Amino acid sequence: MDIKNQTNSHVYWNPYFGGFILGIIIIFTFYVTGRGLGASGAMKSSVVTLVDTVAPTHAENNAYYSTFISEDDSPMNTWLVYEALGVLIGAFISGGLNGRIRWRIQHSPKITSQRRLVFALLGGILFGLGAQIARGCTSGAALSGMAVLSTGGFITMLAIFGSAYATAYFFRKNWI
Amino acid sequence: MGPLIPNHLIPIEWNSIIAIIIGIAFGFVLEASGFSSSRKLAGVFYGYDFAVLKVFFTAAIVSVIGLYYMDYLGYLDITQLYVHPTYLWAAIIGGVIMGVGFVAGGFCPGTSLCAVAIGKLDAWVYVGGILLGIFMFSELFNVIEPIYDGYFLGNITLIDSFDWNPYWFIFIFSIIAIVAFAVADMVRKKVKKVFY
Repeated sequence: MDIKNQTNSHVYWNPYFGGFILGIIIIFTFYVTGRGLGASGAMKSSVVTLVDTVAPTHAENNAYYSTFISEDDSPMNTWLVYEALGVLIGAFISGGLNGRIRWRIQHSPKITSQRRLVFALLGGILFGLGAQIARGCTSGAALSGMAVLSTGGFITMLAIFGSAYATAYFFRKNWI
Repeated sequence: MGPLIPNHLIPIEWNSIIAIIIGIAFGFVLEASGFSSSRKLAGVFYGYDFAVLKVFFTAAIVSVIGLYYMDYLGYLDITQLYVHPTYLWAAIIGGVIMGVGFVAGGFCPGTSLCAVAIGKLDAWVYVGGILLGIFMFSELFNVIEPIYDGYFLGNITLIDSFDWNPYWFIFIFSIIAIVAFAVADMVRKKVKKVFY
């Protein structure tokens, strides 16, 4: 087992162990802050900041951006942005300890890197769009929602997995 | 009694520092569980790796049991916790779009951040896509707004919606998860192995 661990950087935690620790983190988060985790929130703040810097008048006139802009505070000064910075640090530490850090494009040997990147961009656009409509992604809406039995959280979770399974057939060449 | 910061048991100034610490733990666990690999994540949709299902549902059940147990013991007032609001059609339509994005891109926002941290270039492109998607949403906000703000049912839980007993619901939910784990293991044995 030791030899396997040394030669294969793709040995991950037992999923039940990982899930258990993640559950403890969610409990701790709710216990301390009264809210759940999130991931897409930080990216929304980044977009708002970017647009507000490049085109401030446009941002103020837009009904969506303007809700996140205030005179005396940056939209980046939010809980979710700090948490997302932490996610980057934490993942970097874990990847570093296990020798997984390097520049690369991960894809199935049956497809080209270019095709992988095109689909990654497409998937990202759809996820970004969907996460705004549903007010949260798999972390904020589904996982943290389910932790407090939120009806919307359960609906979003079912919709994500339902539509992913329903459309998986059309993307199978990319993965298997 | 918790939650600590809303009840001023910890000064609000600590909020951002706690956010970074929680984020580090969150990112570490996601990466260590293999969620920085899009091929591992996508396995759940093709039956060759069920890590997503196992980690996700174990976390959901541990957290919901823990929170309700702490409420029962009096350490935490569960009614003070933020409940994700329910906008019926926004939740469904947004979820469906996210599902397609998940299979197409192989990440969700949290896992893509983990992959960005360890240098996966496909994840960098994916995050770029997310930013673009958010930008498109904001620019089209006037068109989307009726769905976004419509069909609002409040910050409701399943307990409010269906008048269920929370303890029974959590018990049955746990049984469903355990059955799902067993079925997942059976399916994985039948599906052709994919090496990644």
